[in-house]
Amino acid sequence: MAILVQFAIGLVFGLGLIVSGMANPAKVLNFLDVGGIPAGTWDASLAFVMAGAVAVTFVGFNRVLKRARPFFAARFYVPTRTDIDPRIVAGPAIFGIGWGMAGFCPGPALTALGFGSASAFIFVATMCAGMVLARFIAHLPSLTRYATPADPLET
Amino acid sequence: MSVTHFTPVASLLGGALIGLSAVLLMWATGRIAGVSGIAARLFPPYEDREFAGRLAFVAGLIAAPLVVRLVTGSLPEQTIAAGVPALIVAGLLTGFGSVWGSGCTSGHGVCGLSRLSVRSLVATATFMAAGMATVFVIRHWS
Repeated sequence: MAILVQFAIGLVFGLGLIVSGMANPAKVLNFLDVGGIPAGTWDASLAFVMAGAVAVTFVGFNRVLKRARPFFAARFYVPTRTDIDPRIVAGPAIFGIGWGMAGFCPGPALTALGFGSASAFIFVATMCAGMVLARFIAHLPSLTRYATPADPLET
Repeated sequence: MSVTHFTPVASLLGGALIGLSAVLLMWATGRIAGVSGIAARLFPPYEDREFAGRLAFVAGLIAAPLVVRLVTGSLPEQTIAAGVPALIVAGLLTGFGSVWGSGCTSGHGVCGLSRLSVRSLVATATFMAAGMATVFVIRHWS
């Protein structure tokens, strides 16, 4: 049952990506292209995606986190870190370069698989390789003092 | 470069669906709907027993276009301009960076900002700036 519910929740996420236009890399790149503002090719839509998503999540999280526990789990796994370490800047900087090159971030890239394009498959394959590499390096004994704690989803 | 049209209503609505999904996942599993975290944990090392749930979430993401095609009979426009070498490098950077920085657009940008997390604010500002700088270099410096 919990598995089926998580499939449905992923489906809602994917539908949101498609309806919002974020599943189209061209739209993402045109948002990131602030140099296109003078020419009128800048597409501000992504700001509205963020606004809609954050508004709903802000209100929803406040309500849900007042509950004693999640429906299918014993406790909430909400990140607690507040420190600004080098990784919280270096990681997003590296990710942002990749995002600007192809117009894909992880969610839309996975949803793009369902469009059946070969480009999405190539991107997702190397994205997964990058993810595995990052986790491998973070788990090296010599680096664990820089690495984040093993707490799940330490956003 | 392919021109896209400003779609404030559809984007706001789609964004609300993404938010709804994040809220539902927190309600159901108590976890952040961060796609990079969910996808990365499909690979070893395994730290918990949430594999099947994560796989189901990712399957839902992939199934979304199939459902859209089933219902509407067609798929919305998707233009991928990057060539194969760029896709390979971009995929590596996106995968590595999102895990190294503990999150991507969904985990930091949507869930983190909604929790008023300072770490997520720093992360979101950084990947937005890096993405904009990259597009600027590619499109306007050549």
